[in-house]
Amino acid sequence: MSEKILTIENVNRFYDDGEHQVEALKDINLELKRGEFVSIIGASGCGKTTLLRLIAGLDEAGNGSIVFKGAQVKEPNYKRGYIFQQHNLFPWLTVENNVASGLKARHVYRKNKDKERIQKYIDLVGVTGFEKSYPHQLSGGMSQRVAIARALINEPELLVLDEPMGALDSFTRADIQDKLLEIRKEKNLTMLLVTHDVDEAIYMSDRIVIMTPRPGKISEIIDVDIPHPRNRGGAEFLTLRRSLLDRFDLANAHPEPEYMI
Amino acid sequence: MKQGKREIQKYILTILFTGLGFAIAIIENLLFPQISDKANFVKYSIGAFKLDGNDLLRIVLVALIIGYALFGIIDYKDEEKRAGYINKAGFRFAIGVLIGVLDLTGTKLKVLPQPFFPGPAEILNPFLEEGDFILTNTLYSLRLYFFGFLFGVLLGVGTGILIGWFDRVYYWVYPVLKITGVIPAVAWMPFALTLFPTPFISAVFLIVICAWFPIASLTAAGIKSTPKAQYEAAKILGGNAFYQLFHVAIPHAMPQIFTGISTANAFAFTTLVMAEMLGQPGGLGYYINLSKVWSAYYKVFAAILIMAILFSAILKLINRLQDYVLRWQRGIVK
Repeated sequence: MSEKILTIENVNRFYDDGEHQVEALKDINLELKRGEFVSIIGASGCGKTTLLRLIAGLDEAGNGSIVFKGAQVKEPNYKRGYIFQQHNLFPWLTVENNVASGLKARHVYRKNKDKERIQKYIDLVGVTGFEKSYPHQLSGGMSQRVAIARALINEPELLVLDEPMGALDSFTRADIQDKLLEIRKEKNLTMLLVTHDVDEAIYMSDRIVIMTPRPGKISEIIDVDIPHPRNRGGAEFLTLRRSLLDRFDLANAHPEPEYMI
Repeated sequence: MKQGKREIQKYILTILFTGLGFAIAIIENLLFPQISDKANFVKYSIGAFKLDGNDLLRIVLVALIIGYALFGIIDYKDEEKRAGYINKAGFRFAIGVLIGVLDLTGTKLKVLPQPFFPGPAEILNPFLEEGDFILTNTLYSLRLYFFGFLFGVLLGVGTGILIGWFDRVYYWVYPVLKITGVIPAVAWMPFALTLFPTPFISAVFLIVICAWFPIASLTAAGIKSTPKAQYEAAKILGGNAFYQLFHVAIPHAMPQIFTGISTANAFAFTTLVMAEMLGQPGGLGYYINLSKVWSAYYKVFAAILIMAILFSAILKLINRLQDYVLRWQRGIVK
């Protein structure tokens, strides 16, 4: 549990909005241990997705360092899986070929050998029976499951999730949350989740990182010590929920805001 | 059970109705006397038979009746096809009647302006008169089309991919494509005929040029419009540039590539016939030109008939291929 898998040190990032430089991320420091589940919550525009993209290697950090398993992150790598907000499946491939594309992209796909493996991941995320379907024939929840299977087949050590359940209804969401926790336990996979949903963060995380916008920075990191499986209606859960919502000034309806976040 | 029986009875009536129009045309052709003396039919020996245009027309009509009846029986199994067959019955009936009317007005009575509007029996006459010659010319056209269009597609898709993928190629080649692409290919004819050793190769060149432009520009547009998110999905999975091009950009561009191919196909038919009419030693265009000189308009119609059948067959083939390649779109696009 104690091995550090990802270290983020003094990361800053600016972007040009045409008129002036905007500080998207300011002095971000964060460490992830192997097998840990960490959520990042915060209002829109606080740089959550920007940070995830840096970790994935899709963008380059302005300065500071992101070290994954002892090596500087420079470009995307299949060892750091990424689940997008939109499922981002390839529409011209069937479900099984989308899952296989994880292997095909790395040119390690062997038809006979990997058939079973692909089926295993399709079963794991619960889309059995839809192997030959195309993405547009699936519901949003099922597509996102396939996207998870596609990321998992490469056996990543870190799975970065960018609000993958944001567009789903609450039943599907709860279902996928449980599935992710199950997978994490089985594979001792490290997960970093960006979410808008306080309940989701509490339900799933070992730690919750709270970010505030303009400039995007980490304001607080909260440990969640509630044992799994967590009860969404339990006293500890609700206390933590209340205290988190308080931080965002959302716990009570304010006719007039006393202060701005 | 009763309901099903009635449905079958109704369907049998539809099959009969489909054939009825053609049957009317046969009866008309058999019973109505040749009144005008301007049409003269000669019997040609085909194998053991002696046939003239009227005989051939009746054979074709009988073949149509039998063919449509067979299709009707085959289509019955598939509900969608069956509905289509029922839907088309009226149109097919009308076509049969129209053939009868044209025979009456064009051949039997000659009330239409002659020799520009020969009747169907006369239009079929050239197949008896000079079937070999027509076949030779048809094969010439087919060969020309095949080589021209094949190389045109390869060149078009190839340059389209390069333009869409490499910014440098886009910078240098795209303007050239934009300017030269809009020139009708036949405008290059004088150069083509002098530049290339044989007329055949020069015509192939013209078809390649005319197919190249729409395919290349649409392929490039398809590649360029690939969403960044799809490339990122591939990168995350470990896909290198090769994978991103061949497994993301090109599949994404495929619908547009096929739009280009369909457009190019229409251009290719035009260019093919024009090229043949203007300087080829063979082909259907050449045959039309040759017949026109002798005022043999019934032969022109015979060539047009072949083109109609041949070109729609090619179009159908391309559509089939497109449906197969783009099967993942089924249900998205209607």
